[in-house]
Amino acid sequence: MQTETTEIISAERLAGLFEKNGPQIFKNDTPAITAIRKQAMETFLRLGFPKRNLEEWKNTDLKESLEREYECLFSPPSNIDPQKIFHCNIPHLDTAVIGQFNGWFVSKDVPLITLGNGIIMGSLAEALKKYPDLVEKYYSKYAGFENNSLTALNTAFAQDGIFIYVPDNVQSHKPVQMINVVQAEQSIFLQSRNLIILGKNSSLSIVHCDDSYNHQASFSNVVTEIFMDDQAVMDHYKLQNLNNDSTLVSSVYFNLERSAKLDSHFISLNGGLLRNNIFLCFNGADSNASIFGLYLMDRKQHIDNQVFVDHAKPGCTSKEMFKGIMDEQSSGVFNGHVLVRRDAQKTDARQNNRNILLTDTARVNSKPFLEIYADDVKCSHGSTTGQLDQEAMFYLMQRGIGEDSARMLLMFAFADEVVGKIAIPQLRQRIEDMVKKRLQGELQICEQCVLHCSTPEHPMEFDIDISKI
Amino acid sequence: MLLSINNLHASINGKEILKGIDLDVNKGEVHAIMGPNGTGKSTLASVIAGRDVFDVTKGEITYNGKNLLKMAVEDRAREGVFLGFQYPVEIPGVSITNFMRTAVNEVRKYRGLDPLPAVQFLKMMDERKKLVEIHSNLTNRSVNEGFSGGEKKKNEIFQMAMLEPTLAILDETDSGLDIDALRIVANGVNKLRTSENAFLVITHYQRLLDYIVPDFVHVLFEGRIVKSGPKELAYELEEKGYDWIKSEFK
Repeated sequence: MQTETTEIISAERLAGLFEKNGPQIFKNDTPAITAIRKQAMETFLRLGFPKRNLEEWKNTDLKESLEREYECLFSPPSNIDPQKIFHCNIPHLDTAVIGQFNGWFVSKDVPLITLGNGIIMGSLAEALKKYPDLVEKYYSKYAGFENNSLTALNTAFAQDGIFIYVPDNVQSHKPVQMINVVQAEQSIFLQSRNLIILGKNSSLSIVHCDDSYNHQASFSNVVTEIFMDDQAVMDHYKLQNLNNDSTLVSSVYFNLERSAKLDSHFISLNGGLLRNNIFLCFNGADSNASIFGLYLMDRKQHIDNQVFVDHAKPGCTSKEMFKGIMDEQSSGVFNGHVLVRRDAQKTDARQNNRNILLTDTARVNSKPFLEIYADDVKCSHGSTTGQLDQEAMFYLMQRGIGEDSARMLLMFAFADEVVGKIAIPQLRQRIEDMVKKRLQGELQICEQCVLHCSTPEHPMEFDIDISKI
Repeated sequence: MLLSINNLHASINGKEILKGIDLDVNKGEVHAIMGPNGTGKSTLASVIAGRDVFDVTKGEITYNGKNLLKMAVEDRAREGVFLGFQYPVEIPGVSITNFMRTAVNEVRKYRGLDPLPAVQFLKMMDERKKLVEIHSNLTNRSVNEGFSGGEKKKNEIFQMAMLEPTLAILDETDSGLDIDALRIVANGVNKLRTSENAFLVITHYQRLLDYIVPDFVHVLFEGRIVKSGPKELAYELEEKGYDWIKSEFK
């Protein structure tokens, strides 16, 4: 494996690495992609790493994360046994598992498979070699990097990631599970890129997990572009369970054409510094998107959800509901920005952020924001941050329920507004278990995948039965 | 003696609300506590239940021979103290079924009993719902969420029926009820009355006492019980109004 020594990450070092590893980075590129990379690198060097003087980075400081020493990888890992790493044990959850190891696609078989129904999935680098026209048509079209230095950096460097293509009129009945495992001997800085394309009138369920398997520090800068053509339907789950020395900046760009329907869920259970940049553009009329978020943070963890919804076309509905429970000295940010353009009449946009602070030292900065240029629209936003309802606590305890159980009941009920929206029953059950474990302070980063928390040998048990809430 | 309150003083934010309450309640008795607004009726109920926003500055409460003031809120409940809230709290996301199952089983655990098997629990729910004429769909909803005033009060009595308390304190259970709901709530209470339990019924009006007939009536005024008597005292209050008390004790 070709590696670099560990060093502090700086723009200068990255410029040097880009220069030096050019042949490796450009190896699978078409000329057009190489041109985009070079342009992106220029943009990154012009912008530099985001600083706190930028409005959208005011409450999230990458300084500490960047001051660690990281190794950068420019070649795929070798000697990986995907079956060992990407074992998923949710009972009765039948998924097609796609594995990523430190951002690289790994498989024991071929790097790109085409299913009988025409669905293509596997390595993005391989897709670029095999289907250059298809990839070029969508690649970097939605993840604009002019004003976003980390997306620019990712565009310059990312060599691999996941590619999924669902042709027109194809319904994928089996959920696809993308598992990205971060694990290395040394601290690593990694950048991967995913591209998901849903054709007209197609559908896909996707479960996207980011996991750590050890306690080594890491910095992941991941960009995912998701294109949904007319009447495409997608159920999207993003689960994050990383160690406390992990920094993850995940930027997901959704583009919805006409009459598409998206349900997206961002569930952050663990991580040192987690930043979700969620960009959603309604590029066609009459589409519908729900974005739910749940974050459960403690210690000195930091979570930042930035949600930008662009109502560019009329008749679309967007609904955002982000909920967080913050313990100890954890900190959180919610920045919701809904833009309703002048022609986007009949827009229905709702935005909501609710937080529970369990300690005096936990804090959240919440800023829901509506920017409206059309006159016939329904828009609302709201934000609440407070403690657990003491009236409700007293009420529960007056019925004989102990303080810990009462607190658990209230926290779980609070989280359930998001967890309850998970459409795949087996997945919902598992996430419920994980949330319960997390709230009881028992969830660790797992030896196996993020969903490998209860095994027949080590079943999870709870003092109270909250399965029927 | 089930409950013995002796020279109880309690305050909130430094302001004294209860200024020396004495009250004895035996098993099998129903006591009504009446009085004008703002005289400490709800405070008395809250202090017995263990609400920590009130500071007990003096006096004691003995319950079943134990020092009640030393017990945690949940232990008071597990020992059989029930408070029917004047304003039941809405708890979105927690179903009544799960709430009650958790409560019943925690109380049972405290008493050294095994959890109630699900089938038995559901059967018990059905029985107790009938007692307060609750229709089955109510119990699939979140606790008190979106309930009407009458539904909330019926739900309090239903919970009381589930938990079978030894001392039930009903804090203005009649407020906001129409006559039909009042009758249903009162019937529920009457069906639960035994020689082994006691009720402390707090009310502003005599109306409820037509349905729940008390053994004793106490008048609370400015933090003290200023008058006690048989049930006829309630009629006298209704007739003369609280101004009578105010002018006599001011």
